Amino acid sequence: MFDRRLIKNFDWGLMALILLIGMMGLGILYSALTAGNETDVVHILFKKQMIWMGTGFIVMMIILVIDFRDLDKMNLFIYTLCVGLLISVIIFGQIGGGSRRWLLIGFVRVQPSELMKIALIISLASVYATSISNTGFNFRKLIKPAVLCVIPFVLIVNQPDLGTGLLLLLIAGSITLFVKVERKVLYTVSGICIAAAPLLWYGLKAYQKSRILTFLNPDRDPLGAGYHIIQSKIAIGSGMLIGKGFLKGTQNALSFLPEHHTDFIVSVLAEEWGLMGCSVLLLLYLIFLFWGLNIAYNCRNMFGSILAFGITAMIFWQIFINIGMVMGLMPVVGVPLPLVSYGGSSVITNMVGFGILLNISMRSFSSN
Amino acid sequence: MTEFSKNQDRDWIKQRFIIVSVCILFVFALLFLRLVYLQIIKGEEYRLLSEKNAVRLKSIKSSRGLIFDRNKKLLVDNRPSFNLKIVLEDAGKVQETVKKLAEFIAVPFQELMEYIAREGNGAVYKPITLKNDISRDQLAIVEAHKFDLPGIHIDIEPTRYYIYKKTAAHLLGYLGQINTKELKSGKYSNIKSGDSIGRYGIEKSFENYLQGKRGGRQVEVDASGRTIKILRTIEPVAGLDLNLTLDLDLQQTAEKLLENKAGAVVAIDPDNGDILALASSPSFDQNDFTGGISSKKWNALMSDPDKPMLNKAIQAEYPPASTYKIITSIAALEENHITMNTTAYCPGFLKYGNRTYRCWNKNGHGELSIIDALAQSCDVFYYQAGIKVGVDKLGRYAMGSGLGKKTGILLENEKKGLVPTSAWKKKLYKESWQGGETLSVAIGQSYNLVTPLQMAVLIAAVGNGGTLYKPRIVKTIKDGHGLVIKKIDSEITGGLPASKETLDIVRNGLLKAVQGVRGTAKKIRLKNIEIAGKTGTAQVYSIKKNDKRKADDLKYSLRDHAWFVCYAPAKNPVIAISVLVEHGEHGSSTAAPIARALIEQYIQEPFKEKTSLE
Repeated sequence: MFDRRLIKNFDWGLMALILLIGMMGLGILYSALTAGNETDVVHILFKKQMIWMGTGFIVMMIILVIDFRDLDKMNLFIYTLCVGLLISVIIFGQIGGGSRRWLLIGFVRVQPSELMKIALIISLASVYATSISNTGFNFRKLIKPAVLCVIPFVLIVNQPDLGTGLLLLLIAGSITLFVKVERKVLYTVSGICIAAAPLLWYGLKAYQKSRILTFLNPDRDPLGAGYHIIQSKIAIGSGMLIGKGFLKGTQNALSFLPEHHTDFIVSVLAEEWGLMGCSVLLLLYLIFLFWGLNIAYNCRNMFGSILAFGITAMIFWQIFINIGMVMGLMPVVGVPLPLVSYGGSSVITNMVGFGILLNISMRSFSSN
Repeated sequence: MTEFSKNQDRDWIKQRFIIVSVCILFVFALLFLRLVYLQIIKGEEYRLLSEKNAVRLKSIKSSRGLIFDRNKKLLVDNRPSFNLKIVLEDAGKVQETVKKLAEFIAVPFQELMEYIAREGNGAVYKPITLKNDISRDQLAIVEAHKFDLPGIHIDIEPTRYYIYKKTAAHLLGYLGQINTKELKSGKYSNIKSGDSIGRYGIEKSFENYLQGKRGGRQVEVDASGRTIKILRTIEPVAGLDLNLTLDLDLQQTAEKLLENKAGAVVAIDPDNGDILALASSPSFDQNDFTGGISSKKWNALMSDPDKPMLNKAIQAEYPPASTYKIITSIAALEENHITMNTTAYCPGFLKYGNRTYRCWNKNGHGELSIIDALAQSCDVFYYQAGIKVGVDKLGRYAMGSGLGKKTGILLENEKKGLVPTSAWKKKLYKESWQGGETLSVAIGQSYNLVTPLQMAVLIAAVGNGGTLYKPRIVKTIKDGHGLVIKKIDSEITGGLPASKETLDIVRNGLLKAVQGVRGTAKKIRLKNIEIAGKTGTAQVYSIKKNDKRKADDLKYSLRDHAWFVCYAPAKNPVIAISVLVEHGEHGSSTAAPIARALIEQYIQEPFKEKTSLE
């Protein structure tokens, strides 16, 4: 029973925006991969990313078919499935870069922690939508959402993948603050966080500590921990107003830039296209985020509204952490930039998110 | 499921959205401002940094000027040397890389790290030399493991090569790596750390000409320092070539004749002061110094009692002994205390004050005039002449003849010798001059000190009619195309304080010393070349008059030094020679034959060559 109104209400604008950012992302990725590399590598990685984008697009389209309200009903199933995947990572997972994050399903390596973000957003939206009120949530009502957060957080941090774990908390926290909590809760939690910060320091691994110390003082170890961020800042700064030109970035081409096709891809953009190129990307992201908020605001369904907000928050935090990190505004955390960084799981997850946004957008006027 | 239909619901929700929007705008503003800060405010600075990152200036060593002898035979050349260097910035984990390298080339890890520690403060982009002149095997293995050794690269640079091992080592000198102090002195603007500069001999005194000018190459490198492309090259300018006055064949013969002896030989062209040979024995291998001498070899050189590192021709001072009688003769004749016909009787000794001064010939020379006294080296004759002239006048004539001051040869640390006077003694010892001391001075055995080079210049002047020349070692300085950049003319520093008549008498005496029947050097007489010369035996240890020991029994280090100074052909000399053999005992038996061999070769060989060519 496909409603014709759905096509009429389809959010072509958002779709166009996603495609625009996606195209720009591929362009930047092409720069990042081409310069200073053998052409074979470029082709393989670039093709792979195109395939991921294509796959992501199909997944996005499939998601459009399902009414987002059905996700509300399935939330516990989705959540349990993802937690199950996280647990199986512990058992069957593949090790890469010093942590166990990947699961091999068929030929595809997936990162369950990425999918967990969507699952958690759905579950939280579902829980919060039932009891939202302008008085805000009290401690008792927050127990369930807290449990929903803590389980995947612990599993992910143990992989170890502190970046994704913290991202999960930031997304959950944003949603929770958005649906309003009691003042008392806000103050107590903030107090606990501040008090626990020094304790947390001792729980960090040596490399994590060094990243934070390096963030506070990048010149602490310019050839070691500080190398990445110094080189990244040189790349960005050297782009100046209009950049060095397409494929002309020396920092990238001569491989001074670390992780230039994944976490540090913005540096490639900044080096080749300067402030001009960066401003365009920031503007596109900003439009996207407001578009997402608008969908959330206009959705008459409370679950849909919180869900749309959650997806927008997920994208927001990735953008902020990634760009902030690359520019030396925060410690080095491995968070990919949506639609730009190379990486299958990230592409799929974000595409799923966009699918949900489009889904909510086209159904926002249909009452239940 | 809750639908927000009530207006109050939508109001607070709307408020939440406004807060969120403001937060997002704030964050984006922050990101944008950070971009503006990095790209606009600090953009220029980072642009420079990125260029410095990728563009390196690789310096190209210039090739040092070549050195030729007077017959255009190449003496000092450059050969390619493979030098191992490290750029810390590119090396990643320096310790690990160096450890791998140390294993590959079989050099102690610690040694390599020391070089880094010594030079590695400061610029991380600056190549630090780890090992100069690696072997072909080491080169092959480093090249093969190039990708395991980030930041390590091999520079092919010209290195000094002394073609004739040990030949003219003291004259040519050697190179050594510049030290930090010298670098900071600003004197060597064209020199980089790790470069070599002249440390001795001509290499040092002509450093500015030989050095050349460094070139440079702007290259783009990747993060591990590999050159991606060359952007710009400034070719180095090779150093200037030197044409010496030295005669390689004569030099080699002189060195051969000095083999297993300690001493010096200087051969000069009397017509212009050109150094034809300047040998000091024992010698050293200059090639050992290229790329840094090992401490073992250095210690061996320094602890050798025969002092191989000392250029005995210019840096060692010896009593002139009987060769000094030339000065005493000139002084006595010029001061009119004697004439050609004045005779003296030599009974084998002279009583002066309450002491007896002996002649070397204890049987005595009998009645003789100055020519025979010079030829037979009669001490008693010169005791008497010395007494008449007095020490201070003798000193004046000695100074006038170029003794007691540097000859001005363009080599470092030339010694000036010593001409004693009464004022000198007063000043130094606070004692007045004793009359008896004049006797010793007159026969060159007292405080007098001369270098073999000074004696060569002196005897050359006697030979050429009285002109003192500044010894010349470099004739012309040319660029790589053979264009003469600078000509060094021969330079007259003065004239002997002697009239033509006086000189004729002296020359006659010297001629008779070799050619006369009773001459002290008659044994070296040649058939077709007349030689004029003077022997000398410098006492190292004075044998007391009642000491029955014979000189032969004395320990080597106490034996007398042997002198011989001469020129040939006697009428119109083309070569003047000064020979000193340490502990050679008798000038006539050890020093004079060396001079004869050189004269024979120098005067006869060109003639032989000519005939063979025709």
